[in-house]
Amino acid sequence: MGAVKNPKRNAPPALPFVHDADTPAIRVRGLRNAFGDQVIHDGLDLDVRRGEILGVVGGSGTGKSVLMRSIIGLQEPQAGEVEVFGISTLGPADTDAQRDIRRRWGVLFQGGALFSTLTVAENVQVPIREYFPAIGDDLLDEIAAYKVVLAGLPANAGPKYPSELSGGMIKRAALARALALDPALVFLDEPTAGLDPISAAAFDELIRELADTLGLTVLLITHDLDTLHTVCDRVAVLADQCVIAIGTIDELVATAHPWIAEYFLGPRGRVALAAAERRNNNGV
Amino acid sequence: MSFTPNFSIDGDGAAATLRLSGRLTLARIDGIYDRLQAALAEYGAEHGVIGSIDISAVERIDTVGAWMVSRLATTHDAAIIGASAGAQVLIEAVGRSDQHVAIRPESVFPLVRIVGEVGTSVISTFSELKGLLTFFGEALIATLALMRNPQRIRWNAVVTRFETVGVNALAIVGLMTFLIGVVIAQQGAVQLRQFGLEVFTINLVGRTSIRELGLLMTAIMVAGRSGSAFAAQIGTMKLTEEVDAMRTIGVSPMEALVLPRVFATLLMMPLLGFYASITSVIGGGLYCWIGLDIPPLTYIQLLRDIIPMTDMWALLIKAPVFGVIVAITGCYHGMQVKSNAEEVGRRTTDAVVQGIFLVIVLDAFFAVFFTAIGWQ
Repeated sequence: MGAVKNPKRNAPPALPFVHDADTPAIRVRGLRNAFGDQVIHDGLDLDVRRGEILGVVGGSGTGKSVLMRSIIGLQEPQAGEVEVFGISTLGPADTDAQRDIRRRWGVLFQGGALFSTLTVAENVQVPIREYFPAIGDDLLDEIAAYKVVLAGLPANAGPKYPSELSGGMIKRAALARALALDPALVFLDEPTAGLDPISAAAFDELIRELADTLGLTVLLITHDLDTLHTVCDRVAVLADQCVIAIGTIDELVATAHPWIAEYFLGPRGRVALAAAERRNNNGV
Repeated sequence: MSFTPNFSIDGDGAAATLRLSGRLTLARIDGIYDRLQAALAEYGAEHGVIGSIDISAVERIDTVGAWMVSRLATTHDAAIIGASAGAQVLIEAVGRSDQHVAIRPESVFPLVRIVGEVGTSVISTFSELKGLLTFFGEALIATLALMRNPQRIRWNAVVTRFETVGVNALAIVGLMTFLIGVVIAQQGAVQLRQFGLEVFTINLVGRTSIRELGLLMTAIMVAGRSGSAFAAQIGTMKLTEEVDAMRTIGVSPMEALVLPRVFATLLMMPLLGFYASITSVIGGGLYCWIGLDIPPLTYIQLLRDIIPMTDMWALLIKAPVFGVIVAITGCYHGMQVKSNAEEVGRRTTDAVVQGIFLVIVLDAFFAVFFTAIGWQ
């Protein structure tokens, strides 16, 4: 993963960013995705406000990951608009505007997607090298060092290779890489999937803490009801090829949609709800 | 207002204040940190330490800026003043994370590393050889067990492999050995012409094809086609825990996966080897007909006199052995896959390389042996 030394890319592009707080971080309108005859999304609208943690839930096959991939430009939708911070993410990926958008987001893939030939710390350095090749090696090492610890990894994890890490550590290392460029927006695909309950709870807490400290906007895809209760400000429900409801969990439950009721008030949902209430009562 | 970060040092002695301004972000951090270090070192030499860091003029700060401020505050034992509430939280959080983290594993002295690598590879070669022999032994024992219960032989699986190992290889093996026959005849004829012995091209093509090259080429091709496929198939099944599932159900992977492949290759190799020898002879015959004007009938007539039956026996004895070697190496490497997808690729390569290597080593032994027993 050698950094591309392209002098044109050195200077941070001065682009007319829409900085006013009213522009949603992500704005999706009329999104349509289909694989062959199978329509995944049709007329999907979604707004993610700045500074919020939005959870995305939905049954298997409702296209949660496809939605994320459409927003970050890995999946070209058949129709619709996708804007991140007021800039469309569709179209050619190598324009300055696109690169600048990419610099402002970080993605945590479900399996971590760490580069297996690089150590954890080197993985964190990859995005920084790519966008800021002028930064010297010493400073780069210092930056990678605090990022690794900030993502909740022990200091001795820096020189390890991804194959030497446990599942929870891979997620944290991937989070460190996602946060490498100090992004304003972070995409998390099933961050707690495959973690034991203790690691999952610790990871939830880490996400919440980092989001508060760094002022992140987070789009979080999850099946984990505890994550929804502890981390998310709002939750969007995907079903019938679009977002059928969006709001706080209380608001969603009040909609009385059968799938939503089943999701949040089913046996697992009630347990998660009770746990969340206990946490609130204890003031944690 | 300029976004470029800048700094100034006000006051003197312990009361000095470092004032930072502009944007302390990743995009603009480059250069400022080094300049700051240099300026502070110079200032420190002349006037002494700084007492506080004022960041009230900083327009924007991210974790890199926060790290820089926190690092400066710690190293110079200075207080941070003028931080907004958000910046304060950020600086504290990043300050807690500022620990020494190694970026790469410690590098080892090259000589030590080379000696270590040589040792490791010697050990792994021997353990690999031992593993292969053990696996061969297990396959033999399982075969004997199957002989006692022939109804447990999975004929369906064996016959399916006939197609993939044998029938599907006919075209490529045939074409390859045909061309090799042509090349041997052509190159041989050029040399023999110098002595006026062009007719001996038939000896050259006939004997090398039947006794050595036809089968050797087939074995190499089967190792590349089927040995690799066995390793990849079984390796993937190991990764997806299919092999473990078989064991828990009570199906022996050796019986269900390995032996059908070994039997099929064992039976197919003599057929393919014979076929390959014949296509090679045909290739040579074609060149003799076109290039040397030896009519096909004469060619066949002469071949019958030249090729002793022992050549055919040598072919038919070697072929099943090569088949077993190729199949066993393929299956062995497949079964050795343990952790990740990368290993499947590595094991597949190993299966082909070792398969071909073992075939050629054994072929040399066979050549010496057959000559020693008088099969000239």
